[in-house]
Amino acid sequence: MTSIPNPGPSGITDIFGKPVSEKAASENYLTHGKGIWSWLLTLDHKRIGIMYMIAVLAYFLVGGLFAIILRTMLLSPDLPEVSPLTEAATNNFYNQSFTLHGAVMVFLFIIPAIPAILGNFVLPLMLGAKDVAFPRLNLFSWYCYMGGSMFFLWVLGKGILNLALLNMFGIDMVPVWGHGGLDTGWTFYTPYSTGEDTGGAVVAATAGAFILGFSSILTGLNFIASIHMLRPPGMGWFKLPLLLWGLYATSIIQILATPVLAITLLLLISERLLRIGIFDPTLGGDPVLYQHFFWFYSHPAVYIMILPAFGVISEVISNHSRKHIFGYGFIACSSMAIALLGFLVWGHHMFTSGQSALLGAIFSFITMFIAVPSAIKVFNWLATMYQGSIRLSTPMIYAMGFIWLFTIGGLTGLFLASMSTDIYLHDTYFVVAHFHYVMVGSTLFAFLAGMHHWWPKMFGKNYSEVGGQTAAWLIFIGFNVTFIVQFIAGAQGMPRRYATYPEEYHIWHVLSTLGSYVLTVGLFAALGVWIHSLYRGTRAVANPWGGNSLEWHTTSPPPFENFKGEPVGTDPYDYTHWHYDEKLDGYVLVEEEDPYEAERTAPDRTPAPAQPV
Amino acid sequence: MTTASTHSAPHDGHGDDHGHGHDPNLAHHFHTMSQQVGSAKLGMWTFLATEILMFGGLFCAYAVYRAVHPEVFLFGHYFLDTNLGAINTAVLLLSSFTMAWAVRAAQLGQTTLLVTLLMLTIGGGAGFMVIKYFEYTAKFDHGLGPGSGIYITTTTTDADGNEVTKPQYLISDSAFMAAGDKPFAGEITPDDKAQLDEAIAYQEKYSLGKKHGHGEKHGDDHAKDDHGTHAHADDQADHAAAAGALATSATARALPTDYTAMALPTNGSFGLSATFQETGIAGDPTTSAEIEHGSHTPTTWYTLTERQQGLAYQFFSIYYCMTGLHGLHVVIGMGLIGWVAWRALRGDFTPEYNVPVDLVGLYWHLVDLIWIFLFPLLYLIH
Repeated sequence: MTSIPNPGPSGITDIFGKPVSEKAASENYLTHGKGIWSWLLTLDHKRIGIMYMIAVLAYFLVGGLFAIILRTMLLSPDLPEVSPLTEAATNNFYNQSFTLHGAVMVFLFIIPAIPAILGNFVLPLMLGAKDVAFPRLNLFSWYCYMGGSMFFLWVLGKGILNLALLNMFGIDMVPVWGHGGLDTGWTFYTPYSTGEDTGGAVVAATAGAFILGFSSILTGLNFIASIHMLRPPGMGWFKLPLLLWGLYATSIIQILATPVLAITLLLLISERLLRIGIFDPTLGGDPVLYQHFFWFYSHPAVYIMILPAFGVISEVISNHSRKHIFGYGFIACSSMAIALLGFLVWGHHMFTSGQSALLGAIFSFITMFIAVPSAIKVFNWLATMYQGSIRLSTPMIYAMGFIWLFTIGGLTGLFLASMSTDIYLHDTYFVVAHFHYVMVGSTLFAFLAGMHHWWPKMFGKNYSEVGGQTAAWLIFIGFNVTFIVQFIAGAQGMPRRYATYPEEYHIWHVLSTLGSYVLTVGLFAALGVWIHSLYRGTRAVANPWGGNSLEWHTTSPPPFENFKGEPVGTDPYDYTHWHYDEKLDGYVLVEEEDPYEAERTAPDRTPAPAQPV
Repeated sequence: MTTASTHSAPHDGHGDDHGHGHDPNLAHHFHTMSQQVGSAKLGMWTFLATEILMFGGLFCAYAVYRAVHPEVFLFGHYFLDTNLGAINTAVLLLSSFTMAWAVRAAQLGQTTLLVTLLMLTIGGGAGFMVIKYFEYTAKFDHGLGPGSGIYITTTTTDADGNEVTKPQYLISDSAFMAAGDKPFAGEITPDDKAQLDEAIAYQEKYSLGKKHGHGEKHGDDHAKDDHGTHAHADDQADHAAAAGALATSATARALPTDYTAMALPTNGSFGLSATFQETGIAGDPTTSAEIEHGSHTPTTWYTLTERQQGLAYQFFSIYYCMTGLHGLHVVIGMGLIGWVAWRALRGDFTPEYNVPVDLVGLYWHLVDLIWIFLFPLLYLIH
């Protein structure tokens, strides 16, 4: 350890712990350009990531609001009397609420959460690049996301207005502008979605999902090109940080599966507008074909949700255990294996849809098989933690919560993968609990772990550890209380998507609702921690966690073009060059053991060290 | 940019202030031109993969319905003009050739030739679309629009006194059966409505004992139940609910007994669409015109079962979806080529920098390739 440097007048230092002038410290991507248009027209991947963050979190709030409405309506076994709604209107309101909860959460929150926010921000940094391969396309993706989401808002707002006007003032708006409020379930299953009573809402919502698909496809395309072409010298494929492997596998799914959803939704729109007779059984179409098409996208889509989460967890677990990741090659390859196998299991959503028994057996087998690469990851994370010096920071608590939730979600998936038990459990709360454990529990926890892990890098501010950890525990407890009882209710036969239920399930619903309130409090607490950090947080050092992937080799927040030099790839999980500096409460790169030295002295390359700011 | 960049000054929007005389076409976040070109090509190939997957959904739908109702597809394809399809195939192949040549011209820096070839390629695309326009118009004129043609609803009252609105799809039937040249206006005009009412009355009169509408019983003289009619092996896999719904739908499509008015399509005369023959003796399917087509059993309106007749428009639904999406791609491709041609005229392209021509060329070849699959699947099937 060299002498401990004094922090500069700005209170922050570069990666070597050397003081940085106030002027240099204030020049970063956040201050590069001012005004709303410098954001809305930016090509900077970091700013686009932040814009995604704002939008995605706003939609998370909307989706969460519907969840709370659902849970509150389920507090009593009877249909709640919502004055002035009639009974049918209340039921319809419930149907629309679960539909919009699902659609908003899936299309607007979970799918873009990690790739669009963390991926956009971190991926080029991890590659030591100045930007993604196609910056303009990246901005276009954001506009696709916003445009598509507007359709959802339109459907949602129209539904609420229709309901309110009809029941409060007796004004029927349907003849004026058609039905609002989708009630088909987020899957848009035919024949619900081709029926008469959902009106134009299906067209608007599917058009929205179609446009959102472009956002997803183009982001995936951008990431693939970036990872292929922008890797720095010294970063071979097996030196990629595991988050990039996760994002790479995700991108492959995005570009191969999303187009199928796109054509499916186009056909559905044509079915509604032109009556082409492809999905509507009254026209000779086959509704099961719709299910095949839909799940050919939507099953891989659950891996779009979870694979980046795996990547985040690999980063966080290794970093906060202060130990090299265990089984790097296995984790990387299992991501790819999941991406490919994920395309072959969609039929397990259709065990009760009239699929042949042989087909069911094949899908059942492959579904069980996909548990193998998933389990490989879990074992590798546990082995990474084993004998590490674990730092119980907020990201680590979320990451450990992830392992817990993902294990429960994964193991209960085995019951649903077996055809015989699935026929019993199909469309019960057991299924609801299972996919909330994997999709929400796991992805949300990984998202929050990643947000806290990279927060100091994104905004250059520290957050309150006490607040962050409190929120993490509240979310963990609230989530488990909400959903673990749903396994019991489901196994006892409580079907999903009903606003009323027999008295015997009352206790489970009450517990679940109370848990959801705790979860809500926890999520708002996490939001409060972030807002507090933005306004009152202390300046973050370049490397608060001692990570060695390249995003930690630049200042926090990063300058406009990310690096002042041209970094070279090193082993992202080799933490030996970073020494903890108590005075800074962060890690500094020890210059004597400069990892770039070999690269710098190589004869075929002019020196390119990471420079002090 | 392999220099040691030891800036103390902040970077501006373009990090190329090294004084090396970089190619102005090199974006600031790439190190070398080959890296940029490689990224662009990889991106384009990846995008083409998504295009293939998108069309893959349609090919899948085609395969499913063709496998389930092979007779319907065989019947439907007689309405498509093979000669026009073949001409279009040749036109597109030629335009692909001019496009490939254009890429070569760009690499060699022959700007005039490049612009000429690009314009020729656009011409090929335009020719394709014009022929397609005539094909579509002819289909519309025969009432073979997308979907089941004109869609009307009838409202009846059920036992509980509630109004029940039921859809009915009649125009396609009449297109296949009688009206050789029914204009398709895209909406129901009063004239259409009158014709439809007539058709409904006609069907009720000769309804083979079945009457469409709600709650009406089937007559005794043709007392086969609907599931009996549907006992086609491939129908058994259908959803129970779907089968019930289809039964209702098929009832609305009941076949009149008077066959003389019906038109038969013939295959592939050099015209703008199939020609219609009126033939046959009323009520006697055995005398209907036989269409020789290879060694296969001829498929006519009469050899189709009632269910298959009800599904005849499905072939056209898939035809319009596939060729429509493909046509959209052709138009987009023409726009892109126009953009590239404009840039070429402006002198943007050099032997060192011509990657946009290359990328648009890749896209154009994919559009061509998809047609190469569409043509045999839709026009040449047996």
